[in-house]
Amino acid sequence: MASPIIALDAVAKTFESRAGATEALRAVSLAVDAGEFVSIIGPSGCGKSSLLRIVGDLVDPSAGTVRVNGKSARQARLDRDYGIVFQTPVLYEWRTVLENVRLPLELAGRPRGEREQRPRALLRLVGLEEFAGHYPWQLSGGMQQRVSIARALALNPSILLMDEPFGALDEMTRERLNQELLQVCAETAATALFVTHSIAEAVFLSTRIVVMSPRPGCIERVVAVDLPRPRAAKTRALPRFFELVTEVRQSLREDPGLAGDPPRPGGPGPR
Amino acid sequence: MRLVREYAPAALVLAAGLLLWEAVVYVFSIEFYLLPAPHVIVQSLRETYPFLVGAGLYTFTEAVLGFALGCGGGILAAMAASTSPGFAGLVLPYAVASASIPIIALAPLAIVWFGVEQGSKIAIVVLMTFFPTFISTLRGLSSVTPQSLELMRSYAATERQIFLKIRLPHSLPMVFTALRACATLAMIGAVVSEFFGGPVKSLGVYIKSTASLFQTRQAWSAILVACALGLLFYFAVVLLERLTMPWHFERRER
Repeated sequence: MASPIIALDAVAKTFESRAGATEALRAVSLAVDAGEFVSIIGPSGCGKSSLLRIVGDLVDPSAGTVRVNGKSARQARLDRDYGIVFQTPVLYEWRTVLENVRLPLELAGRPRGEREQRPRALLRLVGLEEFAGHYPWQLSGGMQQRVSIARALALNPSILLMDEPFGALDEMTRERLNQELLQVCAETAATALFVTHSIAEAVFLSTRIVVMSPRPGCIERVVAVDLPRPRAAKTRALPRFFELVTEVRQSLREDPGLAGDPPRPGGPGPR
Repeated sequence: MRLVREYAPAALVLAAGLLLWEAVVYVFSIEFYLLPAPHVIVQSLRETYPFLVGAGLYTFTEAVLGFALGCGGGILAAMAASTSPGFAGLVLPYAVASASIPIIALAPLAIVWFGVEQGSKIAIVVLMTFFPTFISTLRGLSSVTPQSLELMRSYAATERQIFLKIRLPHSLPMVFTALRACATLAMIGAVVSEFFGGPVKSLGVYIKSTASLFQTRQAWSAILVACALGLLFYFAVVLLERLTMPWHFERRER
């Protein structure tokens, strides 16, 4: 049995401000194995973004330990083990699509040949090959986010950290990108940690769903998603899909603040 | 063809304005020493052309040198300040407050310090252009989004890489906004400084002395040269801006 690729042990986070201390996370322990796709879902302010940032060494935990690939989160970051995608694409307007994807390779000082070929291969992977010479503003929101995913994959990271990457997109684009993301993860063999507000999205993508409680955030339950793989459009029509959506929704029910996917009166099923 | 369509309205407005000016002077029989008709100014311009070109270049040199030193210094100072957010926060309020100082009021003192020739004028232009450039550049360099910095951090980028690849290109639009404003300021600073004293071969001194002798048409022809040089300076900066940030303009033109 291989050791987990991400191991969180009793991680806590308290933010200090002038208004006082806010406890964002309490005693979060989680182990993610290689190749897993783990979604973190919970009400607004439950600390799920903070958890993601702690794993990525963008924020220090107040207590507890984080081990990634058998080393500290800091070392993993310095070794460039992470690829990150945010809710906004964070593309640079002075760089073309190709140059945006190339940025991590430049930062890592990779050889010229790789800097030339790798971005093209990645754009092909996300289906944007013919937009290589475009500037970001010439692309739709969904396309921009695909560029952002391609960039996250540039250094072939073992871990993809995604903070509501499709939260700002319309439902149809979101479903298409869900499908593409699974293909990308399968092809790159990356392990994914994925923060989302959408129950349907979490069920469709994940091997496991971590449901978090409101502040201070701690793990309410972990739902194993036993849907067959590879997932496809028909997965969303399976009875098991609806059962899992309902299961996750019930775990979240005490939380009225779930912004992205509000409970609908009279229509319990997913859209 | 596109050029004609784009600039024809503006050219028509200019022509109409000149015609109106010409007409007003004749209809109301305004004396030329009060307001000369455009064709009289053009005539005077042709007569004194060689002198005006020399005087124009003299003043223009002050404006360009002052601009280069002031804006260059402002950009370098902002780059240095941006490496220490604490220091930047300390000096920024004073830099902003300096915008309310009428720097031109120092022109007579500048003559005491730097002499009556070009040095004192350049010093005034440097002071006038330094702070606006400093403020805009510093704001441009430090307005990178937190997510952008997190992204760079996740790639283990060095401060130097963040500065060169993110902060600097990100600040360019704000830097050029300041540079365009400073091109105009520099010409104003140079001409007005000369009003307080300078050699006869400068535009400011020529405008002041001809106006005080009611040689209005000569004064106007010198003002025309100052306008032309001011426009030239401004459009040179705009051209530089376009060459430096082609991505910025491609978007606007669609």
